[in-house]
Amino acid sequence: MCEQAVAAIIENHRGQPEALIHVLTAIQHELRWLPREVLARVAEALGVPLSQALQIASFYKVFSLTPKGRHEVHVCTGMTCHLCGGDRLLAKVEEATGLKPGETDAAGRFTLERGSCLGSCSIGPELIVDGRHHGRMTPEQVEVVLAQYP
Amino acid sequence: MSQVTLKINDREVVAATGMSVLQAARQADIFIPTLCHHDRLEAYGGCRLCIVEVESRGRINHVVSCTYPVEQGLTVRTRTETVDRIRRVLVEELMAHAPDSPELKTLAEEYGADRNRFGKEPIFCVMCGLCVRYCAEIKGEHAVGFIENGPRREISFVPERAAKVCWDCQECFTVCPTSYAQAAYLLARGLAFPDAPGGAGPAK
Repeated sequence: MCEQAVAAIIENHRGQPEALIHVLTAIQHELRWLPREVLARVAEALGVPLSQALQIASFYKVFSLTPKGRHEVHVCTGMTCHLCGGDRLLAKVEEATGLKPGETDAAGRFTLERGSCLGSCSIGPELIVDGRHHGRMTPEQVEVVLAQYP
Repeated sequence: MSQVTLKINDREVVAATGMSVLQAARQADIFIPTLCHHDRLEAYGGCRLCIVEVESRGRINHVVSCTYPVEQGLTVRTRTETVDRIRRVLVEELMAHAPDSPELKTLAEEYGADRNRFGKEPIFCVMCGLCVRYCAEIKGEHAVGFIENGPRREISFVPERAAKVCWDCQECFTVCPTSYAQAAYLLARGLAFPDAPGGAGPAK
């Protein structure tokens, strides 16, 4: 299924070097990472050098060159969340998942990231899982929230 | 092609429209230091060492001469106190990365740069992009490129391409001001292709 979607994305933009970032973004959404062989196929189909595809894919933080977990966990470490106890929240999430920011667990369940202000200061400290905001988090609630994401 | 007259260091210089200030100066045998410039490559504006003072209609600006086009009546000064100070700091910053590059040492002497001003972080690459652009523009091979961003940015040989074309080329080594391209290449060869043709192979 994923494979077909990726092939369709690439075919839709064959011969369009200007669509590189667009194609990489679409594939990133589909697979949640950019495998090297997919980058090589994109480069060949769009007519851009592989070195350029690699440069773009490694430059922007939205692209990942390593597999990500099924669920992306973001803990806000911006100023407001920090003052509301964001550090303690992050420490608890690290303990619960066994991950440091930027890492993915072996089972591919969670990827932990931190963000400096994720935009909801009024409900800080916040934890975002797969784009869903969990506001006014306390370390005690972490396990309960994470359990919702198998 | 029409011609314009400009003044570089109090000398009248005639240049063709579309030329850069750097090209006009070089043509008139006026020296401007550069690291990322190569006659056969597109202007890049990366190293900023070719910065000069330009005066146009009474306004004074500091611009990078390799990307600044000549214009009629422009006044250019290649050595002023400000220009020298900017170049000195640029050299000092670059020396934190490549403290023993011969080209940087010469420049440091010229502009009085202190090679120990900034903490050393020797990555030996000054990000001039000469190898990357040489490979792309002249060879058309794209075997080496930039990866990552910000402080982690570095040049990287793309094994898929490099394995096919680099063995017999290696022309980028001669354009590199710090020999980093060569080092990166040898490292990649040693790690990825120990048995490559004409390559490292088992220790001889």
